[in-house]
Amino acid sequence: MSESEQAAKGPLPVVSWLKGIDTDDPFLEGHKCGACGAVFLGEREVCSSCGTRNQMNAVRLPNKGRLYSYSIVHRSFPGVEVPYISAIVDLDDGGTVKGNLINIEPDPANISFDMPVEVVFGDALGRKDRDGNSYIAYFFQPAT
Amino acid sequence: MSDVYVVGIDMIKFGRFPEKTVPQLGAKAALMALDDADLAIQDMQALYCGNLGQASAMVGQRILQEIGQTGICVVNCANACATGATAFREAWMSIKAGVYDVVLAVGVEQMGKGLLGGAGGAKGISKEGLLGSSTMPAVFAEAGMEHTRQHGTTFEQFAKVSVKNHHHSTLNPKAMYQIETPLETVMNAEMISYPNTKLMCSVNVDGAAAAVLVSEKKAKELGMQRAVRVKASVLTSDPYTNRDLVMPDVNAVTRRAAKEAYEMASLGPEDIDLVELHDCFATAEILHYENLGLCKDGEAGRLIDEGEVALGGRVPVNVSGGLLSKGHPLGATGIANIYEVSTHLRAEAEKRQVEGAKIGMTHVIGLGSACGIHILEKVV
Repeated sequence: MSESEQAAKGPLPVVSWLKGIDTDDPFLEGHKCGACGAVFLGEREVCSSCGTRNQMNAVRLPNKGRLYSYSIVHRSFPGVEVPYISAIVDLDDGGTVKGNLINIEPDPANISFDMPVEVVFGDALGRKDRDGNSYIAYFFQPAT
Repeated sequence: MSDVYVVGIDMIKFGRFPEKTVPQLGAKAALMALDDADLAIQDMQALYCGNLGQASAMVGQRILQEIGQTGICVVNCANACATGATAFREAWMSIKAGVYDVVLAVGVEQMGKGLLGGAGGAKGISKEGLLGSSTMPAVFAEAGMEHTRQHGTTFEQFAKVSVKNHHHSTLNPKAMYQIETPLETVMNAEMISYPNTKLMCSVNVDGAAAAVLVSEKKAKELGMQRAVRVKASVLTSDPYTNRDLVMPDVNAVTRRAAKEAYEMASLGPEDIDLVELHDCFATAEILHYENLGLCKDGEAGRLIDEGEVALGGRVPVNVSGGLLSKGHPLGATGIANIYEVSTHLRAEAEKRQVEGAKIGMTHVIGLGSACGIHILEKVV
């Protein structure tokens, strides 16, 4: 596929569990165990919490959550812009997601545990794969 | 089942040896351990070899190709940073099972420089710095910040771990570094992933360590004078916890292993005279004081503040200098820390000797995750 053909197709999701780009309604999808309630990212058939098979149900994860833990990354791989905040967020109603926390100064003095955050979607910092495809990623920002 | 004893153990001085091959480094440690036991490669009935970087390249066999192709059973193990402990445990299990009486365990690694982790898959685009960070300094920073969230642990308290372990390493000639790092030096070093500065990250080095393990029958035959009894050998994988698949839970996997190890040894944390634990980052060491039961939950900060875990304290931790200063050659680490504890139990640790040490514990974490714990006891 040429770059122009891909551009017509539009950007791809950065992970398989980012859904809804086609309908302009992006959201994160979890899989929830019908037996024990554990929430996973990505499709699976068996629950690794309780071992129950074939009771995994796709659920739309909420766009709200709270900061559980974080690190401020000052040294990364070549080409990665630093500093940035690597954040662990517990989404409301279950499910934990890791991502960049943006639109806040990367300084521990500004960051508090359990601060409310929201999930936002946007271009994957200009990164493209070897075929020239662009991607949509998710980010966290302080809740408005 | 027979008790299992270590009758020979040694490690090479950790450093950077680009002119050597992985099997050459492993062979050197193997010969040192054989010499320590006053045995020959012809006496070994099996070799359990731990190496991560060349996990598919038959490192154990290539070690024998350096020092003696006797045709014995060779098992190559890879289990992230628990690789060396896994090889040691496989050796222990073969004697426990009654299959062998004398076996060799080797852990060896040759490391590059720079950040570990975060390489990501080949598909799509790199996620590093896009969906957070998967580098090891960041992952263990996040684990440390969870402790901050729960107990208010400070950047300064994390940094004190590094001050302590670097100080210990000045007494260990086999450590990569023998340099004092005062608190302000640690805290003002280049920030890698807050709260871990460069001096709070383990050192990537080349290294190898090896041990000769024997059955009780064989130990009596050889003489018990310098023998060390393996009181517990435990390996766990990460049990399910809510965040584990997103934020590796190094606590649950360690707590499970510690509980099993204390039960197997019929001992408690109060019986432990010294500990070599997995200080891959300064933040990690703080967590494991509590995970291993050295103090109650929430007391780890006080432990480092009051010097209870320093040489001369109630329960010295990482008197070798730890991964932070002795260095962390991934596959060798799990046997090198058994060497350190054994050396104290044999009262041969010289300037860093923990006086009167009778029982010691070693602990490693392989992220992904594996936890290996050994409890060792002085015999004579």
